[in-house]
Amino acid sequence: MARILAVDDSASMRQMVSFTLKGAGHDVVEAVDGVDALAKAQGQKIDLVISDVNMPNMDGITLIAELRKIASFKFIPMLMLTTESAGDKKQQGKAAGATGWIVKPFNPEQLLATIGKVL
Amino acid sequence: MTFDMSQFLATFYEESFEGLDIMETELLALDVGEADLETINTIFRAAHSIKGGSGTFGLNDVASFTHVMETLLDEMRDGKREVTQNAVNILLESVDVLREMLSALQAEDDLDSERIAIVKKKLDDLLASVSNESTAVAATEASVAEPATETAVPQVSGWTIYFKPHEDMLQTGNDPVRMLRELATLGELSSAVDTSSLPEFLLMEPENSYFEWTVTLTGDIKKSDIEEVFEWVEDGCELTITPIASDVTSENSELDIELIKTTFEMLAPQGEKLVARFYEELFKRFPDVQSLFANTTPEKQQTKLLAALELVVSNLEKQDVLVRTLTEMGMRHKNYGVKIEQYEAVSSTLLDVMQEFAGDAWTDKVAATWKAALALVTNTMIAGQQAEPAAEVENSDASVPAVATEKSTAKKAPAKRKASTEASSIRVSIDKVDELINMVGELVITQSMLSQLGEEENFGEEQIEKLKSGLIQLERNTREMQENVMRIRMLPISFVFQRFPRLVHDLSGKLDKKIELILSGESTELDKTVMEKIGDPLVHLIRNSLDHGIETPDVRVAAGKPETGEIHLNAYHEGGNIVIEITDDGAGLNLEKILAKAKGSGLVGESDKLSDEDIADLIFQPGFSTADVVSDVSGRGVGMDVVRRNIRALGGTVDVKTTTGQGSVFTIRLPLTLAILDGQSVVVGEEVYIVPLVAIIESVQVDTSLVNGITGQAEVYRLRNEYIPIVKLHDVFNIKPLHTEMKDGLLVVVEAEGKKVALLVDDLLGQQQVVIKSLETNFKSVEGISGATILGDGTVALILDVTGLISISKKNASNVKKLTVAA
Repeated sequence: MARILAVDDSASMRQMVSFTLKGAGHDVVEAVDGVDALAKAQGQKIDLVISDVNMPNMDGITLIAELRKIASFKFIPMLMLTTESAGDKKQQGKAAGATGWIVKPFNPEQLLATIGKVL
Repeated sequence: MTFDMSQFLATFYEESFEGLDIMETELLALDVGEADLETINTIFRAAHSIKGGSGTFGLNDVASFTHVMETLLDEMRDGKREVTQNAVNILLESVDVLREMLSALQAEDDLDSERIAIVKKKLDDLLASVSNESTAVAATEASVAEPATETAVPQVSGWTIYFKPHEDMLQTGNDPVRMLRELATLGELSSAVDTSSLPEFLLMEPENSYFEWTVTLTGDIKKSDIEEVFEWVEDGCELTITPIASDVTSENSELDIELIKTTFEMLAPQGEKLVARFYEELFKRFPDVQSLFANTTPEKQQTKLLAALELVVSNLEKQDVLVRTLTEMGMRHKNYGVKIEQYEAVSSTLLDVMQEFAGDAWTDKVAATWKAALALVTNTMIAGQQAEPAAEVENSDASVPAVATEKSTAKKAPAKRKASTEASSIRVSIDKVDELINMVGELVITQSMLSQLGEEENFGEEQIEKLKSGLIQLERNTREMQENVMRIRMLPISFVFQRFPRLVHDLSGKLDKKIELILSGESTELDKTVMEKIGDPLVHLIRNSLDHGIETPDVRVAAGKPETGEIHLNAYHEGGNIVIEITDDGAGLNLEKILAKAKGSGLVGESDKLSDEDIADLIFQPGFSTADVVSDVSGRGVGMDVVRRNIRALGGTVDVKTTTGQGSVFTIRLPLTLAILDGQSVVVGEEVYIVPLVAIIESVQVDTSLVNGITGQAEVYRLRNEYIPIVKLHDVFNIKPLHTEMKDGLLVVVEAEGKKVALLVDDLLGQQQVVIKSLETNFKSVEGISGATILGDGTVALILDVTGLISISKKNASNVKKLTVAA
């Protein structure tokens, strides 16, 4: 059981991720974009961040870079939700401090398998 | 745990439709030629989300369609592709198609595959038109990616992995322990850690990683599986994965393809002899194999083998082709009844025969390479043999119930989803909900205070004071909650406005006019029900302005106006109303023609004197087709009378002001909500009526000296310098008034659509908010009455429709006039 920050501007994806994680017994903090996530991350103990890349206001890559600046977020795993076509995004994300990625489209089982690797 | 993805579909549809609206708006805002990057990015993001979601939720048609759009937009975003009008038009069309697709999917209807294919073709053509580069890259990427996952090196007995994380790897949240743990799930693991890089304690950075590992992993493991473990840290570490030399392969994991090719070329001239000799030897060594070839002649079989060998050798570099072919062969072999151990027989015989033909050229190295190659071939074929039974099992057992469940859910789903289509949802900002929850909290406090009071035994003066203040608090709580609940139903009018840019874009193209649409006050909120119903009248008015208001560019230039016409759509709050204005800078209404037409059709008498305002108002009369009079463009179904009727049905008004040559302003006034009304209760006879508070200007006691019965007109009341027609409510509703003398009554001056009347009532009661119940749905519509409500004491009161009463007063006036004329 972990506390997971799930960031996605798409409500349906957020719902799906959140539902899946909660179903697996995790605690989920939802955020709609990077700015929202950053605000919600303050002072929270988070064990894992799962973030979409393409978002308004602040994208996932900037978010990850910003979160890594917060001491309590320095070593926690952060996963990007990305599409297979976005090869350069993966590299940019890695450079910003992302732990890894989950390739969209994915199903709940794949999501759980992937987070199982880092938790 | 099973996941039912359909539960997220409702949200997905909702957000996708929103995304499409955004795409449409932004596409229309896109300046062809010099497109704003942020705008393209917004469009891209919307397409991207729809693609991601549709892929995830299994709507593959939508996913593949959006994929092309996304690629196009991506190229535009990266500056690889110019934003042309053509591209924008095709993208707009694609938005329409997507909207249709999603609507059809949501309603579980069939997709219009023909239309989808046509537009998809347009997108594909557009994509192919400029940048072949990116698609070519994508294509090679795809073909590269495939074999990488399929190439298996099955005969290795294990792997040695050297893994040294870069010092800063931990700072990406990647933990070496996690990777070792994951490796351990693949096979038997033994690891040795080298800590020699660990600096002295004082120099040590606790955030850095100093260790390196050498891991031995034994078992039948694919290299790709191991690589997958390290996928995220590819650039964050030093990593080498070497196969552990098994007795089959030499140290080199890669086959020495060149060596195989040269030996094969050397043997090829003797190929036929070689295969003949091979079969001879094979049957000698393993007589029971012979039965497998019962259906074929030796000659045919020899040609086949030779062809197969050639195929293998020539495709050694194209492993994906090779693996596929060999797997298929394996599958066929199984049908022939080939046993797995027989492959070994074939390989060893073949090797021996080849050695026999090659002579001295058959070095140890050549032998080892060929052995490895044949092992690979054999293993792949065995994998093919095994692949099929596995698939069969799936078909026979697993997939049957799977199909069944799919069917059963599919049967259940429609009813459920149909319902969700109809039960429209509403998005409420979290702030509004929080505020409500806060208020419920206060309400609970008040409630508990009051119930405590009720339990007190000695109920005296002090308690009554408390009770009173509690009731005041309760009243405030209720009012605040009511206001906030109403606010939940309020949405910004942008929901209606946002469809107009597209309408104007499309129509101005059709009409060959240049028109700019300006929107303002989009954040003005109004009730969702009102919003849903105002859409059509607004479309009608805007089309009207486009059709008849704005002139063609040449006419405009001739009139000394800018070529591009302007339509301004504005919304704002005024009192308890929302006002929507549609202003155009076109030609204005042709009042002379309107008047002539009205006189011709008998709407207006020949001698009637009408103000410009009255004439303009004639366009809202039933049977008055503006198309015939104001312009030659026609083809619209409903007239302006329908617009006015629809707006009146919402308790609103519409009027027009026009200046010839300078344009027209249509003004719509609507109540903010249809559910609740601030009303003034008035008494007429024994009945109580409610007058909407917004309509009331003032109430006065009747001074009979100010009542004039103008000849030929109904009675009017002189209020300061104005003459206001008097409407006697007891006459209108045919009831017996309390006061027979007018001087004992009261006049309530009300205004609607810029006209005033004075309602004669017997008495005024209090002001209160009333919940409107429709008279039409419960009884029938009555002129002068807009609805009913239930008062605090349980009696029913009718709500007066001021607009209706004004038209009644006009009718009375003209009746009186006609009577006088007749007399």
